Amino acid sequence: MSATLQPTGFGRAGETAMEDYVTMIVAGQTFGIPVLNVRDVLSPQIITRIPLAQAEIAGSLNLRGRIVTAINMRTRLGLPADGFVERAMAVVVEHDDEPFSLLVDEVGEVLSLPTRQKESVPATLDARWREVSQGIYRLEDRLLLVLSVTSVLGAIGVEPVHGM
Amino acid sequence: MDDLLKDFLAETCESLDVLDSEIVELEQRPGDPALLGSIFRVMHTIKGTCGFLGLPRLESVAHAAEDVLGRVRDGELAVSHGVISQVLAALDRIKELVGLLGETGSEPAGDDTEIIAALRQIASGEPAPSHSEPEDITERKAEKSGTLFERAGGASGIDAACELACSGFLAKAGEGAMREPEMLKLQFALAKGFEVALEKTPGMDIADVVGCLIENGWTSDDVMLLESEIAAAFRSLSIEEDDIAGLVSLLHRKQPAAKADVKKETQEKEDTKKLQPARETPPAASERHEAQGQTQTLRVNINVLEDLMTLVSELVLTRNQLLQIMRSHDETPFAAPLQRLNQVTTELQESVMMTRMQPIGNAWGKLPRLVRDLSQELGKKIDLVMTGADTELDRQILESIRDPLTHMVRNSADHGIETAGERLAAGKSEHGTIELTARHEGGHIVVVVSDDGRGLPTARIREKVIANGLATEAQLEGMSEQQIQQFIFRPGFSTAAAVTSVSGRGVGMDVVRNNIEKIGGIIEFQSTEGAGSRFIIKIPLTLAIVSALIVECEGERFALPQNSVVELVRINREASKGLEKINGRPVYRLRDRLLPLVSLGEILGLPDKEKTSPEDNEGPESMYVVVSQVGAFVFGIIVDKVFDTEEIVVKPVSRCMRHISCFSGTTILGDGRVIMILDPNGLASAVSAAPHAEASALGGQHEGGARRNEAVSMLVFEARDGSPKAVPLSLVARLEETDLAVAEKAGSRTVLQYRGGLMPLIDLEGKPADRQGRHPILVFVDGQRMLGLVVDRVVDIVEAPLDLHLAGGSRPGILGSAIIAGQATDIIDTVHYLRQSDADWFEVETESPFGAERERQVLLVEDSAFFRNLLIPMLTIAGYSVTVAEHAEAAISLCEDGGKFDFIVSDIEMPGLSGFELVRKLRADERLADVPIVALSSHANTKDIERGMEAGFTDYVTKLDPKALLNALSRTSVNEIRKEIAA
Repeated sequence: MSATLQPTGFGRAGETAMEDYVTMIVAGQTFGIPVLNVRDVLSPQIITRIPLAQAEIAGSLNLRGRIVTAINMRTRLGLPADGFVERAMAVVVEHDDEPFSLLVDEVGEVLSLPTRQKESVPATLDARWREVSQGIYRLEDRLLLVLSVTSVLGAIGVEPVHGM
Repeated sequence: MDDLLKDFLAETCESLDVLDSEIVELEQRPGDPALLGSIFRVMHTIKGTCGFLGLPRLESVAHAAEDVLGRVRDGELAVSHGVISQVLAALDRIKELVGLLGETGSEPAGDDTEIIAALRQIASGEPAPSHSEPEDITERKAEKSGTLFERAGGASGIDAACELACSGFLAKAGEGAMREPEMLKLQFALAKGFEVALEKTPGMDIADVVGCLIENGWTSDDVMLLESEIAAAFRSLSIEEDDIAGLVSLLHRKQPAAKADVKKETQEKEDTKKLQPARETPPAASERHEAQGQTQTLRVNINVLEDLMTLVSELVLTRNQLLQIMRSHDETPFAAPLQRLNQVTTELQESVMMTRMQPIGNAWGKLPRLVRDLSQELGKKIDLVMTGADTELDRQILESIRDPLTHMVRNSADHGIETAGERLAAGKSEHGTIELTARHEGGHIVVVVSDDGRGLPTARIREKVIANGLATEAQLEGMSEQQIQQFIFRPGFSTAAAVTSVSGRGVGMDVVRNNIEKIGGIIEFQSTEGAGSRFIIKIPLTLAIVSALIVECEGERFALPQNSVVELVRINREASKGLEKINGRPVYRLRDRLLPLVSLGEILGLPDKEKTSPEDNEGPESMYVVVSQVGAFVFGIIVDKVFDTEEIVVKPVSRCMRHISCFSGTTILGDGRVIMILDPNGLASAVSAAPHAEASALGGQHEGGARRNEAVSMLVFEARDGSPKAVPLSLVARLEETDLAVAEKAGSRTVLQYRGGLMPLIDLEGKPADRQGRHPILVFVDGQRMLGLVVDRVVDIVEAPLDLHLAGGSRPGILGSAIIAGQATDIIDTVHYLRQSDADWFEVETESPFGAERERQVLLVEDSAFFRNLLIPMLTIAGYSVTVAEHAEAAISLCEDGGKFDFIVSDIEMPGLSGFELVRKLRADERLADVPIVALSSHANTKDIERGMEAGFTDYVTKLDPKALLNALSRTSVNEIRKEIAA
């Protein structure tokens, strides 16, 4: 705002353009999702398993009368997920008018990070990880991977399938 | 687009739909002033509003049409076919323009002079009086002496008319419509209403009275009946016809008022000659709307209704949850308010459902026009009779049946109804009738589309079924007429080129059936040759909230829609009475039928806890079979537990799971848990796919080679021990059912006089049949010889790939067992029975002068165990010595090893080398160049035969015709011998 009002401050404001992220931890790694994408954060829920569905789909849960599909983030990232679903936190996001919840180990604080500091993901990262990451932040004590909700859900047949 | 235009579009679209059918109706009842008045008013309103909104094209077309209608109404023009057609054409143009207007928001450019000229010509075609501008009812009334009230006979005259009308209505509306005291009240209300409307005295005017009636649940049919009764009553009091129209029009609040206003406004506009900004007039218009604010309907956006439905669904779920919680607390202060909440929710749910209900007539609206156009096009005379148009059903369902219904009516008009000449020749009335009825029947709506046309001769269907290869003649032999008629719904039925005049009849009927079945409906077809045909459709009232049975399997719960559940069977695992395994596939003997079972856990791939396979009885001591029906297919679903039924709100499955065919939706239970709704259709296909999957798994040993799919039609029957038996259908000549008491004893045999001959009857043990009871008989025929095999029951005819899984062993008469339709079935050895009855059955052909001199060597190359088992004994009996090769490679190595054969009989389709390749290879070997090689194939057409001959086969026979093979062999023998002699 101030940037447009004060032309002299423009450069500085650009430097400090901030983006807020909800942080979450999956198997020790910190991830972040832009706060505007997050609808809800839920404590461990009763999740109904869906037979025959892909491994990444942990099941469905009831969020105040809406049926939400739960995605097991550990499986999605190719990590072992024994007994994970029962104690996982759920981060509810909306994708294409359909609610999904990402199951993660922990949900942390909301961090405000300057967009300028976002770096591209190292090319050496595992393909499954690279596919879902939009960028990386170097925090003081750890690294934060920015998750792309579209990419996370895109590969699970959430996108309409063309030309089957 | 501004609101005014939107309103206009919505309103006009509605009235146009009505107009379509009304105009067609007018053609049949040209003298009906009420009808004519209504049509005229609608057209007039359109004209007026268009002028008002500045839509010149629409206005001019409507104006021209109105002129024609006006002259008809004034009795200056007779209702003729030409008039109606022209008005309909104008209507089409208006619709087209309105459609474009809706898309673009502005009237498209174009030229309507042609259509307007045509209308004008019609309007002036008859001896025309001086004026062409139609007059308004109210205006014309002024020219006559006295007010309409006076001309209607004053208060006393109106009273009398109302009395007449009410009693007439009571008589016609039938019992239960209204009781007499109520009718009396109505009579007074009507009389008073007329007075108020005509004399402008304070009080409820007549339109309000009608409004009240509608509010009190009167249907539009009732109102229309009342209207026509009132018109009739006035007529009997010798009131002038156009005064009657005027009086009747008072019943409709909106149109007369609107007309007057619009008329005034258009005049104003014309006066100023300049385009008056439309903005100035809306206040007047909205005032008018407000003045009519007491009208009984309100236009609501569909999205709002859908949202409301979703919210109510959620409320229902929450209510269920609360009730669930309450059940676990004995004493709670919440009990009473919860009870109340429960009640209110139920009522709310019902009311919201009601808002989604629409009369089925909405789906019929276009049909009168369609039938009229078709009858004109086809030169037939067709009446369309519709009853029960006010039967209501959920709009979602309404949308799904609209197209199928149209399709069926079109079919009836096109193919069912004969031309007038044909009808007269057949002794029917000149006019054909298509009847459309709808009625409620216990939570379902039954819609019947029938015609009194030529019907669909079953013989024609049979021809077509056979021509299209949907079934064999023998299969059809065993079917009832009703069963054969259902073939018209088969996908293959319509694809063939037009072979007969009926061919078009079935076009797309499979699509129709699919659409109906998609919404959980059932469709059936009945036809009597010469008398007509009827389609009966049964559809559920609503889809959004269904009753479902909650079941549990491996600790997971699922909902199964109640409407597909036939019954529940509890099976004690220890006794497991009636539960059997046939090659690992569970079947259950339910009373007199064998029920294919499917384990829900298996289909859904749920891990079996502790149990290694379902036949180990170590699981819970009992299990349940949910007997389900999908179409005509009945099967059982094995589940662990069954809970109660619950009303569930169907929600769509998430996109990422939509490919799983076993689920039709998802829902939230009373306890807040999410569960999946099973789709019986998906499960059924899993059942029927299962044996197939197994067959291909067993065939896996021929990896890489294309697995041939030699589906054989098998006749499945029961005899002796009740277990299913089967015989290739093509071996059975006919199916008969006879009371065996009429059979006779001839020596040690039981014989039956049959088709001018004597047919020995034997039972499955090969013994002469007992001469008692009514039994089906499988008839095997060979020239003059016949043999009847007496069985207990014919179960079905099944198209199945034939793979013998178990050899018959020592059991006489059994070739082995195969899986047919998911059940282990014994395949009977027909040769065995034929030999039992007539030892020389197969020896006839071989008793040739050259037949017995030495045993001839035959090499049989056949990969199917079934056919090997069928052919080997037969060839052996016929005096051949048979060597078997299971595939072409084996045959080649046998020959290369110096095997000497008089004949080689080879299958064509085999894994690995095909019969064609085999014969080419063999012919390349000079030692084998002259050996007769007979091709065996399951399908022989001339092209195949040519190809076979080209490849080097000597002869070509169909597999399932053992006699043909023997004949071929003798034939080749003769040729051989002739060649030898010649040499």
